[in-house]
Amino acid sequence: MRRSMLFLPGNTPNMILSGDCLGADAIILDLEDAVAPDQKDAARVLVRNAIKYLQFPGVEKIIRINSLDTPYWQKDLDEMVPLKPELIMTPKTSCAADVLEFDAYISALEDKLGFERNTVKLLPLIETALGVENAYAIASASKRVAAIFLGAEDLSADLRCKRTKEGKEILYARGRMVMAARAANVDVYDTPFTDVNDDEGIRVDAEFAKGLGFTGKASISPRHVGVINEVFSPTQKDIDYAYEVMEAIRIGKEQGKGAVSLHGKMIDAPIVARAQQTIDMAVALGLGREEA
Amino acid sequence: MSTLKKASCGTMESSDAYMELEPIAAGVQIDLQSVVEHQFGDSIRALAADMLQQEGIDNVSLRIVDRGALECTLRARLETLIARAREAGGANA
Repeated sequence: MRRSMLFLPGNTPNMILSGDCLGADAIILDLEDAVAPDQKDAARVLVRNAIKYLQFPGVEKIIRINSLDTPYWQKDLDEMVPLKPELIMTPKTSCAADVLEFDAYISALEDKLGFERNTVKLLPLIETALGVENAYAIASASKRVAAIFLGAEDLSADLRCKRTKEGKEILYARGRMVMAARAANVDVYDTPFTDVNDDEGIRVDAEFAKGLGFTGKASISPRHVGVINEVFSPTQKDIDYAYEVMEAIRIGKEQGKGAVSLHGKMIDAPIVARAQQTIDMAVALGLGREEA
Repeated sequence: MSTLKKASCGTMESSDAYMELEPIAAGVQIDLQSVVEHQFGDSIRALAADMLQQEGIDNVSLRIVDRGALECTLRARLETLIARAREAGGANA
């Protein structure tokens, strides 16, 4: 379960070391934009040691490596793949061929290390106009792709438009990303809300993303993590309703009914599927019931 | 043993350590300034000496300014420092 993902700069020990106590479901240890070119070597070693010695229990580790147009990405993978992070985020992924290039390199490393193929999963970061247009091809390019991630800052620059709090400029991209991810049966994560001091803005932005169908949302500040977790968790009302739906279905089956209604509304397959998703998440959060 | 050049790494930020390594005529000199000298000074010096020995490095001066770095951070900075010192021209990416 990943509701929240928190970016942490890869060469900053005081931030990395507190990675497992900031409340995020996942931390993104960043070897890319947060690290100066002359510090890439130091960041790789620091991140490798942090994962090896600290392990960050209860938190998923995601490594953002450098992009294919840099001289760093292969060294990043050489160092990170042996650690088996839950996901490797690949920046500026613009087409299926990009995924396949990472895929081939990781496969060779997995063979060399004696790992089963596809042990290491990918989280392509889509942050170009071409990437958005190719979102489905990227999401379905390899079994290694576990999810896709929208990066709105670089995308706005590529679109030659201003990045705003309202986010109208990325509405198409958000919708396209969700559609592509769901069609490819992978998860999809929303871009960070970058005004770290706007507590109301992050809530509105996260609720909008959830409403579009995103699985979760990233953050560049620990301050936003709590709100993101709250927004992407089911409410008690959602959970109660989900159990009511499942109970109504159970009773309907016992009585041999072809159609079941609850509170005067028909319960069809999509409603049952959503109820089951809510219950699964409630159980994962420790909010489920014994009888589920 | 490969030729070493003067190198540095790390920062002065909290939980980090700044380190400099420089070739000298003979021996290993470790100069440590640490905010936790009283509790961990000896173990930090021992860790540094051990890593230098494991890497077969002698005839160097090592300066460490420790801002309360954990062992995994100290090890990371030392590893990077040694790699940079070994790299001709200081290219470190």
